Amino acid sequence: MKYFSLIRAALFRKPISSILTLATLFIAFLLFGMLNSVSMAFSQGIDFSGIDRLIVAPRYSIIDDIPLNYQNRIQEVPGVELVAHRSWFGGTYQDNRQFFSRWPVPPAAFLDVYPEYKLPPDQVEAFINTRTGAIIGREVADRHDLEVGDRIPIIPNIWLNKDNGPWEFDLVGIFDSDDDTVDTNQMFINFEFFDEYRQFGQGGVGTFIVRISEPSRTAEIAKEIDAIFANSNDETKTTTEKAYNQMFANQLGDIGFIMTSILSAVFFTILLLTGNTMAQAIRERIPEFAILKTIGFSNMHILWIVLSESVLMILLGCIPGLLTAQLLIPLFMGVIPFFDSVEMTPLVYIQGVVLALLLGIVVGLPPALRAMRLNIVNAMGEHAV
Amino acid sequence: MGDVLIKISEVAKSYHRGAMDIPVLEDLNLSIDKGDFLAFMGPSGSGKTTLLNLIGGLDSPTVGSISIAGKQIHQLSQGQLAVWRSRNVGFVFQFYNLLPILTAQKNVELPLLLTHMSSSERKQRALTALQVVGLEDRANHRPRELSGGQEQRVAIARAIVSDPELLVCDEPTGDLDRTTADEILELLQLLNREYGKTVLMVTHDPKAADHANHTLYLDKGRLTGQQES
Ligand SMILES: Nc1ncnc2c1ncn2[C@@H]1O[C@H](COP(=O)(O)OP(=O)(O)OP(=O)(O)O)[C@@H](O)[C@H]1O
Ligand SMILES: [Mg+2]
Repeated sequence: MKYFSLIRAALFRKPISSILTLATLFIAFLLFGMLNSVSMAFSQGIDFSGIDRLIVAPRYSIIDDIPLNYQNRIQEVPGVELVAHRSWFGGTYQDNRQFFSRWPVPPAAFLDVYPEYKLPPDQVEAFINTRTGAIIGREVADRHDLEVGDRIPIIPNIWLNKDNGPWEFDLVGIFDSDDDTVDTNQMFINFEFFDEYRQFGQGGVGTFIVRISEPSRTAEIAKEIDAIFANSNDETKTTTEKAYNQMFANQLGDIGFIMTSILSAVFFTILLLTGNTMAQAIRERIPEFAILKTIGFSNMHILWIVLSESVLMILLGCIPGLLTAQLLIPLFMGVIPFFDSVEMTPLVYIQGVVLALLLGIVVGLPPALRAMRLNIVNAMGEHAV
Repeated sequence: MGDVLIKISEVAKSYHRGAMDIPVLEDLNLSIDKGDFLAFMGPSGSGKTTLLNLIGGLDSPTVGSISIAGKQIHQLSQGQLAVWRSRNVGFVFQFYNLLPILTAQKNVELPLLLTHMSSSERKQRALTALQVVGLEDRANHRPRELSGGQEQRVAIARAIVSDPELLVCDEPTGDLDRTTADEILELLQLLNREYGKTVLMVTHDPKAADHANHTLYLDKGRLTGQQES
């Protein structure tokens, strides 16, 4: 690359302006990396389903909670067989690169409602009877090499405990499943311990899960449940688990879409500004290209030099931006419910680099063509005036 | 001497401005010997730069032929001319035409980027050229750290670095004071006498023209006279 010294010198011709451009590009690609990872995770949706289960969720927002004492009143609705509940715990185990979701649940009721989580009877017993007990899915156990009897420390990011330290759980069971729609990348902890030991929020749960005895009356039962809490401070919205998941996935999809749209607009504005700055910088150097052409540089040389310059500049912002996105993503995991499978896949890197190459060409091509078409005799004439 | 290097026959050049044809050079015949040092003088707009650009292969004649060292350069395409220039002509202009972002040495190396030389060979050659113009101690200076005369020396070093037969200089001293101008002219004389370069120089300064072997006069696009120094 004998032209490299020429290209490098040109890139840092105006150091301050180059650094500003690089910083802008860096931020643009940082956003790109994070957003793209998030929206990919959102678009994957969540995959679990059940026909004879209803989900009672806060009516207006998935991050509200519902009073635990609703449980008794739901239980009284005709057709309701069993009520369990589930809350979002979040937190960090070791590091966040490989997240698994964690849920405080009432052990006995929860495992009754979800018979598809399979674990030996003695482990079920242990989960019910151990205040600090927790069970994990096979995927988590395999990945982190965990065995029954291990202690699992979790650093909280929402639910601080009363000692302001990490939560410690005793692993009392590992569940499997014969069905791959069941997610074994999860951990369930004893709600009672969670509720007592957390600093705030006592007596609230995320959602109720209701098993019904008459699947044909699903719609009526759901209506009856919501009717009980209508006009209270915590109104509910009851749907089948399937519909709930669908709605939830749609909501996340919408959020992902809106985020992507807004931030793409920001991203492209930033890039257009940068592109314009770079194009301007190349235009200012037209007399220099006239010199090179006089000396005998061909049109292809000029094209190649200008394009390399603009592609290199964008890559210099792109690569560090993407790498930083990868470092930052784990910090957000676990804070937002379900924001657990976000990662910088190779696809995000490929998209980022392809975007950088395209932009480098789009930004570099007009001034490159101009420099190429430059008539030496005229350019020198202008220069001499 | 007596060997003809450049032969210009029946050359005319006109520029189009809209529908108008503006004749700039007309009916030009000229032979230039190898190893000659020739000055061109004439009023502004008489076509001196245009003629020099034709000989240097920066532009092509409208009619007529230009043969340099046996090569019919009026028949070459733009791309072929670029390659030909890089091997056969060194250019020096009134405004020094250095790249401000590169050091003197890197500026001098530019023409060598078009060859297959290794980087150490390029560096060696550039330093030698800088030595010839007396600036080896300024190799790592950028153009703005040099005086006008020094910049012009760097431009001359760049013009000779690929060892072309022909040096084409358009008002090389036009922007310099008397003393500095004389130094540059002596340098061109040295390149002509000691290194055998054929030097063509456009100038408005009769004292500059005195350094050449002879002077050709142009007026309104025609050769009007010749004077020996
Ligand atoms: N690219 C061009 N397009 C149109 N006309 C041109 C062009 N280049 C030169 N001319 C015209 O050709 C004529 C000769 O120009 P040239 O630059 O050769 O003169 P010159 O003798 O070098 O003058 P000076 O001493 O001022 O440098 C002028 O009338 C000029 O306007
Ligand atoms: Mg001129």
